[in-house]
Amino acid sequence: MAVKVIIPTPLRAYAGKKESVELQASTVSEALSSLTNLFADLKKHLYSDDGRLRSFVNVYVNDEDIRYLKGDQTQLREGDILSIVPSIAGGKSN
Amino acid sequence: MATNTKAANLQESGNSAVALSNEEIMRYSRHLIMPEVGMEGQLKLKRAKVLCIGTGGLGAPLGLYLAAAGVGKIGLVDFDAVDLTNLQRQILFGTSDIGRPKIEAATDRLRNLNPDIEIDHFETRLTSENALDILKDYDIVVDGTDNFPTRYLVNDACVILGKPNVYGSIFRFEGQITIFGAPGGPCYRCLYPEPPPPGLVPSCAEGGVLGVLPGIVGAIQAAETLKLIIAKGEPLIGRLLLFDALAMRFRELKLRKDPKCLVCGEHPTIQKLIDYDQFCGIRGEESVSPAQTTVPEIAPRELKSRLDRGDNLFILDVREPHEYQICNIGGYLIPLGDLSRRVNELDSSREIVAHCRSGKRSAEAVEFLRSAGFRKVLNLKGGILAWSDEVDPTVPKY
Repeated sequence: MAVKVIIPTPLRAYAGKKESVELQASTVSEALSSLTNLFADLKKHLYSDDGRLRSFVNVYVNDEDIRYLKGDQTQLREGDILSIVPSIAGGKSN
Repeated sequence: MATNTKAANLQESGNSAVALSNEEIMRYSRHLIMPEVGMEGQLKLKRAKVLCIGTGGLGAPLGLYLAAAGVGKIGLVDFDAVDLTNLQRQILFGTSDIGRPKIEAATDRLRNLNPDIEIDHFETRLTSENALDILKDYDIVVDGTDNFPTRYLVNDACVILGKPNVYGSIFRFEGQITIFGAPGGPCYRCLYPEPPPPGLVPSCAEGGVLGVLPGIVGAIQAAETLKLIIAKGEPLIGRLLLFDALAMRFRELKLRKDPKCLVCGEHPTIQKLIDYDQFCGIRGEESVSPAQTTVPEIAPRELKSRLDRGDNLFILDVREPHEYQICNIGGYLIPLGDLSRRVNELDSSREIVAHCRSGKRSAEAVEFLRSAGFRKVLNLKGGILAWSDEVDPTVPKY
């Protein structure tokens, strides 16, 4: 399945400055591993040392959080959009 | 007739005797003629009490629009003073405010905009000790802070007190907006149970921010706050609005209440405020990366005297190319992110002094180079900022 992964601004530095990447994948897990194969530096920002997705990074398939689907085993369909949404704190920015 | 209208206004307002003067009716006429606001909504605004945490980039448009809209009581929490770098986006302040406490400058500006409203100011950092006491008198809390500990603190305090938290955060060109803590709705911990470890996510001070971005995000927070008060429209509850100014695109994601949430779930374990600096892995006011405290350093003046006496030092600048264009001290540029790939460009037999803007990224570079077998690597303490302060004031600071 051809899917599109949207890279958030804070992580673009680790993903060749790209805003989005088109990939072939049939599950979220496959999509994220091909993404981190393409951009090795992204790995430590997405996964903790024990290999779990970090708790300040959420992944959405279209508009739904994968935690409320089947996690990284969520099946993908042609044209799905995966969004990586990390927490950002900025606001007052002194 | 006038008496009747006034009586009707009083009735609308329930037991609190709130009414609009003729001057206020004129001031808010563009609200009053809309059925969605009308007299009823405007009186709700007048009775409303909103606390703005932070009077910076987000707090500026927020405070201005809430004051302009006639929110009866606005509380401001901030402990900073206005500085020159704020003025690129913090439109509450002017050049003549530089050096003044933000809270004082903000209060003056909002009072001038609308003398009919009450402004409370808290010139303090929000802490676990004072948060509940400060928040308790308000109906709605608006989070315009810039750091994770305060965001979790505001979230938990709002959940504990049962107050909605109109949330906005920004980074470079991107914003996130939602309402947490509304009855039945999710909270910040439902979205992100834990903060990132210090150093993994850059702050706005490191990453920069498009000046108008907090204007847009803060204005959306203001709109959501006003909608909550007048109870009209569809509030941004259970929806995370993402805004990308570069693509000029809004997207919306579903936000669910997590039944396992530690603070608002079915079996909450956090029922009082905790130590949020500790929770976020930060000690003291500034986050210090472990590397920064352990790598060998050289002070700017010492570097200058060693260069002057002709020591064979290699200056490595690990900032980004666009930063090099702002100012440089003649170093060899390899951005930190490229260092592992380009390490072969460095001569390990020479003594290397790495620097960045403030010394944080270069500490990581020194740590990396030492782990890669480089023996003689030093970090320029305080970076190019300290170099400008202590050695060469002609180097601009940014």
